[in-house]
Amino acid sequence: MLRFIARRLLTAIPVLFGVVILVFILARVIPGDPCKAALGERATPQVCDAYTEREGLNDPLPVQLGRYLGDLLHGDLGDSSSQRRPVSDILIERLPTTIELSMAALGLAILIGVPLGILAARKRNSATDVVTMVGANVGVSMPVFWLGLMLQYLFAVTLKNTALALPPSGRLTPGTIPPPFFETWGLSGNGVLDFLSNFELLNAALQWRWDLFWDAFQHLILPAIALATIPTAIIARMTRSSLLDALGLDYVRTARAKGLRESGVVVRHALRNSLLPVVTVIGLSLGTLIGGAILTETIFGLSGVGKTVFDAITARDYTVVQGFTLVIAVGLVLVNLLTDIVYTFLDPRVRVT
Amino acid sequence: MSDSEPLLDISELRTWFFTGDGIVKAVDGVDLSVRKGEVLGLVGESGSGKSVTMFSALRLVATPGRIVGGSVRFDGVDVLGMPVKELRQIRGDRITMVFQQPNSSLNPCYRAGHQIAEVYRVHQHMRRAERDERAVEMLRKVGIPDPGRRARAFPHQLSGGMAQRVMIAMALAAGPELLIADEPTTALDVTIQAQILELMAQLRFELGTAMVLITHDLGVVAEMADRVAVMYAGQIVEETATRALFAEPLHPYTRGLIGSVPVIGRRQDELSVIPGRVPNLIDLPAGCRFAPRCEARIEAGLTRCIDEMPALVEVTPGHRVRCFLHSDAAESATPVTIGSVRR
Amino acid sequence: MTAIDPVVPDPFEPPISPQGVELGPTLRSRGLWRDALRATFRTRSAQVGSAFLLLLVLLAVFAPLIAPYGPNEVLLDTGVSVREKPCIHLFGCSDDKPQHIMGIDGNGRDEFSRIVYGARVSMLSGVVCVTIGLVIGTLLGLVAGFYGRAADSVIMRCMDVLLAFPALLLAITIVTVLGRGLVNAIIAISLVSIPIYARIVRASVLSIRELDFVAADRALGVRNRRILWHRVFPNALTPLVVQATLGIATAVLEVAALSFLGLGVQPPTAEWGSMLASERNNVFTAFFLVLFPGIMIMINVLAFNLLGDGLRDALDPRLNK
Repeated sequence: MLRFIARRLLTAIPVLFGVVILVFILARVIPGDPCKAALGERATPQVCDAYTEREGLNDPLPVQLGRYLGDLLHGDLGDSSSQRRPVSDILIERLPTTIELSMAALGLAILIGVPLGILAARKRNSATDVVTMVGANVGVSMPVFWLGLMLQYLFAVTLKNTALALPPSGRLTPGTIPPPFFETWGLSGNGVLDFLSNFELLNAALQWRWDLFWDAFQHLILPAIALATIPTAIIARMTRSSLLDALGLDYVRTARAKGLRESGVVVRHALRNSLLPVVTVIGLSLGTLIGGAILTETIFGLSGVGKTVFDAITARDYTVVQGFTLVIAVGLVLVNLLTDIVYTFLDPRVRVT
Repeated sequence: MSDSEPLLDISELRTWFFTGDGIVKAVDGVDLSVRKGEVLGLVGESGSGKSVTMFSALRLVATPGRIVGGSVRFDGVDVLGMPVKELRQIRGDRITMVFQQPNSSLNPCYRAGHQIAEVYRVHQHMRRAERDERAVEMLRKVGIPDPGRRARAFPHQLSGGMAQRVMIAMALAAGPELLIADEPTTALDVTIQAQILELMAQLRFELGTAMVLITHDLGVVAEMADRVAVMYAGQIVEETATRALFAEPLHPYTRGLIGSVPVIGRRQDELSVIPGRVPNLIDLPAGCRFAPRCEARIEAGLTRCIDEMPALVEVTPGHRVRCFLHSDAAESATPVTIGSVRR
Repeated sequence: MTAIDPVVPDPFEPPISPQGVELGPTLRSRGLWRDALRATFRTRSAQVGSAFLLLLVLLAVFAPLIAPYGPNEVLLDTGVSVREKPCIHLFGCSDDKPQHIMGIDGNGRDEFSRIVYGARVSMLSGVVCVTIGLVIGTLLGLVAGFYGRAADSVIMRCMDVLLAFPALLLAITIVTVLGRGLVNAIIAISLVSIPIYARIVRASVLSIRELDFVAADRALGVRNRRILWHRVFPNALTPLVVQATLGIATAVLEVAALSFLGLGVQPPTAEWGSMLASERNNVFTAFFLVLFPGIMIMINVLAFNLLGDGLRDALDPRLNK
């Protein structure tokens, strides 16, 4: 078992290396003058020369790469040229928002998608099945940004003065500055605690501030729904087809011949095996979620990783682009690795090495 | 229940498959019975309907198949009409099945012992420890060495023969009155085949279980079965005691089957085959389904077979045939010889 | 005694009976393809999908005939105002006002005309993206799967690296490198989609490579390239075709997303994603200007998804009826 994990980690390393190099190249290839981007259009050539020299941008590429790798191993992602602070600081501030959004969307997608898929499979070819699958098809076809705008209109305008009204943008009500939980606890902040306190929901819960929690929660609903639609549809379809496949298999017939109740057959025998592809799909969905997060954050005004990267690209802020893209890509590789490992736990057949 | 009443009584069973290409009449008017403790061999080619017949008896037929007619009675009770709850109590407990592909018929996610113990969980009230113990005991009974350790094995860790033993253990766990074995040895090596058959014969004597042995292998039938029913294109064409079948096969199809088995030691230049092919089950001829391939019919100059369907008639005590050659003769009481009897 | 020249029949030419009749199905035999198409169009999904598709293709091809105005024709001097609500005479709008069934956009142009012309961009870009990605991906997959070992490792690692990034993020980065515009957006999305096709083809190749009929070909001395083209490739076609159809759906969405972010189609070209983008901030006042382009994107994507589903259901050999 451990051998398997070790082997998977080993295959991930060249990929990670390739990712770093690709990010490095891409960041360098973005057109535009990094000096002007950092110091403004009016920077004089002399100032620019000094800047270039200081940042080591004149050194040959392999040297720059080497320096970059060295910095990485120290956890130094460089400084943002547009915001004048370390990239890692920006990361600590913004990554939690995206994670909260993605987790919320993923949770929604699983909670709604899996039962829907099971329902559709159980009542195969019935009206329920057809409606669910048509719905799933439509869901998968909806552009996230459009759905987000529609939801904004629906909940912030049409339902404005009703109980169902939801705020259209922002992470919290404007002007709300929640205290970080570690301050309330009397601790001083460091990187990790800072990071954790930026999870608004967690932060509020840890301080027993349920008003803050509710505020953060409300602001998360619409973006989460918009983002969750496509993964929900995918998960529902995969669950259904996987379950249908499993229900046609020999060992399901054996279970019936043993006299199990239909619910027992489905849950104990068919579901166990059919959930495996669903787990894979869930792992893969994370990539879609991050991509969709870029769009969702832009529409709903959430300061997350996606929006930051996009703004940075526009502002020619290489270090931010590099740092964030790297973190995202590495994160995805690790998530895929995790999915593989979870899969191995669930399927005894794969365990034999 | 008196001993003369059959344990399982299938009458005029029809199971059809409603597909996009047409209605496949997989089982079309089958009459079968199995007595207590008896072993019935159900013989036929692939597609003859033998498996579907027995699946129908347990109502295990999946869409697009449906039982459209006939009756199945087990221990005097109507199976086809009974509520599902009662049916589930019979399945796995009084009537059990062993399937063809042992490795795919076991759930790959659960250990062997667990799957056997599941029978006890569903049908009897036992504590977990006792269930597991009994499962190990069953494994020992089917001849698996080191059953305690094997019970913890997953199906993919078992060889074909072992997996089949596990399936047999699972089928016999609750001490059923009837065991239906669907080609239990087809997917196994020849040497393992022999072992499994031996095991089944032994268990049958120990437990007195009645069996229906579905197979296309006449050798298996000769060894194990008390009575044999031969199926062709969804119907029974001949049914009698095993000895009688091999001593004097009546239906031309049966004769062809027996004749096509090569005999060790006998010189043959060509394998003898039955000419022609099995009819399309969607597009069946009006008369006898074997008529297009029947050489005997031509030799005897019968044309009745093409238009009329012969009925399954008892021509000698305990020996039923579906063939005009014999039912006509039985009526007129003249012995019939059809060609030379090949042995 | 004359030497008999053994004629090795070309395994890829259809066997000919003595009477000159072609026997048996081959890649060129129309029977297989026709069966596949017929099976596909029996599925409800494919029927609905192709209906939508037909509608969109008609819109795209006959745009000048269907649209009442040009896509960039500013109509402010005809008495309409910017972002005016739709006026449909059939539904009660007074006859003296000019009819604009989807209203006027933020620059005074007829929204409906822009929607119709937008069909051209969307359909075309989706198809082109997939074609490029498919061709390159297939080549890579064939090479990786067939020639194995070193080629396989290198190619698949590169594919893994590409797949490690979220597609949209990578596309955004590439477009930034190449510069904004529809062409660059198409290139970016094609690049991002290559690994998917490469993986599918490679998987097919791996599963076919070891089968007996390939070994037979090799024993006959058939050259690798011919084996690849005539044996391996046709078997990889099924999952490829399904994925390509679904891929067009994804590509359309991604082009729209890029345009929405300002990186794809540039104004004043009419494209549904950029039309959404320009009216984004007016969703509360001119809701219809956001609704219609979005619905069109959805119909476009849905059409290809349904078609792809129908293809998958029809071509999947596991479905026994």
